[in-house]
Amino acid sequence: MSGAPVLASQVRNVLRSRWIAAYAVMLFLAAALLIRFGGGGERALLSLVNVVLALVPLVSVVFGTLYVYHAREFIELLLTQPIGRGGLYLALFGGLALPLSAAFLLGVGAPLAVAAMQEPGIVRQLSTLLAVGVLLTLVFTGLALLVAVTIEDRAKGLGAALLVWLACTALYDGVILLVITAFRDYPLELPTLILTALNPVDLARVTLLLTFDVAALMGYTGAVFERAFGGGFGLALAVALLLVSAAIPFAAGLYWFRRRDL
Amino acid sequence: MTADSTVGVPSRAAVSLRALRKRYGRLEVLRGVDLDIAEGRITAIVGPNAAGKTTLIKSILGLVRRRDGVIRVGGETVGLDPSYRRGIGYMPQAARFPEQLTGTEVLALLRGVRGEAAERDERLIDQLELRASLPTPVAAMSGGTRQKLNAAVAFLFRPKLLILDEPTAGLDPVASAVLKDRIKAAPGEGQTVILTSHIMSEIQELADLVVFLVEGSIRFQGSIASLVERTGEDRLERAVARMMRES
Repeated sequence: MSGAPVLASQVRNVLRSRWIAAYAVMLFLAAALLIRFGGGGERALLSLVNVVLALVPLVSVVFGTLYVYHAREFIELLLTQPIGRGGLYLALFGGLALPLSAAFLLGVGAPLAVAAMQEPGIVRQLSTLLAVGVLLTLVFTGLALLVAVTIEDRAKGLGAALLVWLACTALYDGVILLVITAFRDYPLELPTLILTALNPVDLARVTLLLTFDVAALMGYTGAVFERAFGGGFGLALAVALLLVSAAIPFAAGLYWFRRRDL
Repeated sequence: MTADSTVGVPSRAAVSLRALRKRYGRLEVLRGVDLDIAEGRITAIVGPNAAGKTTLIKSILGLVRRRDGVIRVGGETVGLDPSYRRGIGYMPQAARFPEQLTGTEVLALLRGVRGEAAERDERLIDQLELRASLPTPVAAMSGGTRQKLNAAVAFLFRPKLLILDEPTAGLDPVASAVLKDRIKAAPGEGQTVILTSHIMSEIQELADLVVFLVEGSIRFQGSIASLVERTGEDRLERAVARMMRES
């Protein structure tokens, strides 16, 4: 039996949540204010990158985790119906990722679309920012589901979700910095490149910075990144790696969900 | 285990459990349960807290996966294929439906999952006077109305097997009476009912057969009358209390 009816109802339920509306409004205000007071055009987009890289993972992972915990009894009830666990898991993922992506696209996309009309040169950067934001939503929704299906206790699960966000947005960079400092006498471009590719937030940051042609600010490492992720092929590689980053937690969560006792 | 042969357990079983075992870490919750739930009868599962009642029900529903033993529902072996649940209606003790959906949307969702061709029975919606509340979002429904929706969902697709966990909990006396009447009528419509309840007078009123579970093992299965007679008590409540003390 298909999970399509569950997906449709989950999307409807999440879209009606005031938290999703608040998320869209918050992004809209951030984007509009940065465009108005942030220097306009590419500079505003660059400022917005930092907002997107922090806020999208945080909201996706925390909202997603809490939503699944809140829906636990209903998930159980659905699993007493003739529906497979795989279909239900996919419906839960889609039911969260689609409204979160829609809120992001609306919140960030609407003011930037207006800006792009006045400055057509930023359309490429705008499109990349929107695509990366959606990909980060998929990655962190997958992580949210993984946390919620593997950790029984809600408080611990919420703690783990926040830890995942903190690890990806701040702690991981600290580790990279530590590695660079400890092995500064060795050529570190390739290891840094690999370490960056392993963290979706860092990968998203590098991809966006390369789109804004500010790789030169990152020195020789920037040049290495430019070679790896710059240009059409590099962008496709970054997108593919972000999709893999989304697929891994999704698959791990699905594996666990199929086997766990409810 | 004591088996009551005087009741004449029908030859056909709606649910069969063979050597059902479940363990959570070191705790063995079900210890090799063998049980046949008689078709077209109302069977109550009773026992003290932590006896394994919920785990047993969840195993039949396919919610408990990592277990040993064989479960058959309507002759189909319970495994990974969810299609056997087409014949099951489940009423949990307290269902939580998506808050932003209306009652109508919840029912539409379940119809979508079951397929539009699935046979429907909406009598309980009217009998419980639920229809007027269906356009209301679940978030705005009272606890009693949610519980009525929960009951209506269990009976909605004319399931052959009804599994009802504390079915009257949270219902007002009128709704409770309506639901009890519906449960009592179920065997007449070819339905088998498994129910749990902590209210022994309710079990005495509704059930034909009783399964007494203690620490994951069946201590008694048979008619309520024979359980009462066996313990020398005059009511089921006292009979069950006595068995609990003895076990």
